[in-house]
Amino acid sequence: MTHPALTERPEKRTRAGAGPRPGLPRAADRRRRRLRGLATIALFLLPALVLYGLLVLAPIAIAAYTSLFRWNGLGGWPEDFIGFDNFTRLFASDVFHGDLRNGLIIVALSLGIQLPLALGLALLLNQRMRGRAVYRLLFFAPYVLSEVITGVLFSLILSPEAGLANQILRAVGLEELERAWLADPSTVLPALFLVMTWKYFGFYMILFLAGRQGIPRELGEAAAIDGATAWKQFRYVTLPLLGPTVRIAAFLSVIGTIQLFDLVWVLTGGGPDHASETMAVTMFQFGFKRTQIGYASAISVVMFILSMIFALAYLRFVMRRDTRGAVTTMGDHR
Amino acid sequence: MSSPVSNPAPGPASHPAPSRRADGRGPDRRRADGRPDRRRPAGPSRAKGISLHLLAVTLAVFILAPLLFGLIGGFKDNAQLAANPFGLPAPWHPENYTEVLGSASFWRQVGNSVLIALATTVLVVGLSAMAAFAFARFAFRGREVLFTIFTAGLMFPFAVAILPLFVLMRAFGLLDNPLGVILVQAAFGLPMTIIILRGFFAAVPREVEEAAVIDGCTPFGVFWRVLLPMARPALATVSVLAIVASWNNFFLPLAVFNDPDWWTIPLGVQQFQGQYSTDVARTLAYVVLAMVPALAFYAVAERHLISGLTAGATKG
Repeated sequence: MTHPALTERPEKRTRAGAGPRPGLPRAADRRRRRLRGLATIALFLLPALVLYGLLVLAPIAIAAYTSLFRWNGLGGWPEDFIGFDNFTRLFASDVFHGDLRNGLIIVALSLGIQLPLALGLALLLNQRMRGRAVYRLLFFAPYVLSEVITGVLFSLILSPEAGLANQILRAVGLEELERAWLADPSTVLPALFLVMTWKYFGFYMILFLAGRQGIPRELGEAAAIDGATAWKQFRYVTLPLLGPTVRIAAFLSVIGTIQLFDLVWVLTGGGPDHASETMAVTMFQFGFKRTQIGYASAISVVMFILSMIFALAYLRFVMRRDTRGAVTTMGDHR
Repeated sequence: MSSPVSNPAPGPASHPAPSRRADGRGPDRRRADGRPDRRRPAGPSRAKGISLHLLAVTLAVFILAPLLFGLIGGFKDNAQLAANPFGLPAPWHPENYTEVLGSASFWRQVGNSVLIALATTVLVVGLSAMAAFAFARFAFRGREVLFTIFTAGLMFPFAVAILPLFVLMRAFGLLDNPLGVILVQAAFGLPMTIIILRGFFAAVPREVEEAAVIDGCTPFGVFWRVLLPMARPALATVSVLAIVASWNNFFLPLAVFNDPDWWTIPLGVQQFQGQYSTDVARTLAYVVLAMVPALAFYAVAERHLISGLTAGATKG
């Protein structure tokens, strides 16, 4: 896929058409053309590169730098260098351990419940049924709502007295199950997960649907002719072929959990007593509320390293066979 | 080949599922049309169809109930919400909605959200199209390395950058300035947009561009007059993605905007809940009204959104 620079091509053509004419593309000429080609490339590439470098790459470097200081963020740049003290303090902190634990619980719930639910639903909706398009439209709709709007709506639904959840329990005679869902450390994570599922399972369903449609139906038919039951077809034909999509969905789920903030911030603020806190929430608390910028930067750095380790390991060991995209809905002409 | 009737395997009843899968779109529909026998489900699969519907309806209720609770709850007052959570309002109280719609701050937030979303989209799509053009149509040293650096941004949690970005924006004097949000959103939108557009540009046959060059087009002319018009569907898709991402962004505006005059809808919703924490009905009305633009946009752009998400998610 290596095209020569645009400007060179017509010359090449005419040259080829006119046969070998010695001396025409002189060295100086060629160099000038090459330079002009490079200038064109730079013109097209630089604006994006500058923006990306300044606002995406530089912040990591800044975070890495400021994480080595004790700094309240006021005035100029930090001066009180303390080495890795912020990190030792972080790794010893119970809140941080809680963040990691909560993240793992959410990932486990997502991979164990949310993704299988989305996959099952995608396979069902892939069958011919009345109203399928409406269901698809409906299940995906929460994805376009912002996490904040979702969070505020559900904080009212899960509120102890007038909330819809407890009202339903009361109406069907299950008063003893009533909870202050978001204020009880034992229910806050499941409640948070319920809201995440409401908002995101449609997204994963759409991914799986797209992946499913990329599998030729002849394969399933062939398996059926060979006597495979519906379950066996799923287990030995559909699921392996959906592998790349499943792996990407799991990847997105983990990366999303590492940076989970909006929903938690609006629903619980991380409470009660840090029971639903995530790394991003802890970082925000220290960085923006308590102005311990150095310490908060250390959290950012840890978040970055965790996601990079995860991403690289995942690409290396889990997705290495999936060289290309798992589904080809549009534009995948590479 | 495997219609229940002609199936040579243990009998149609044991596996009725595989064959009835005529997709709504794509080549499958044509196949199903060609075989009318598929369209008439046999007995056992009808029972299966009913349980399938049951499941779908259950999930639909799960999705819809919170939305309806919000919509209808907004027409109640708080006493009604407590005493009569499920029924229709009696009497209806449209005041909650009309008061929000009559408030200047709500419209101000809508305007801010629109402005920021549009500016972000124009910027990210414009810069990405240019970069994608360079990546797709030119060969130069370091191209793959640069492209990999851009794609690495996909795995990059935005939350990592928020604090240093705040420090940077403060240094640039861009706090309480919409540019502080627009530029950052555009920067973080680059990886996905470039990947999708590069795939599209690379697929345009080279003959098209050679013809343009022979007709006297400069590289810029090729980009502007040939490739961009051809890429209209892809541009629409990435624009929809950018608009939705910007519209729903909360973390960045939360860090950048202190001044309520610049608040976007998500900030406004969160603030409103804090301010009227005891007035549930009014908050519900606000939340429902805040949902309307996103849902309306979804209704219009659903196809672009879904194709963009599935293409983008699977190409990192």
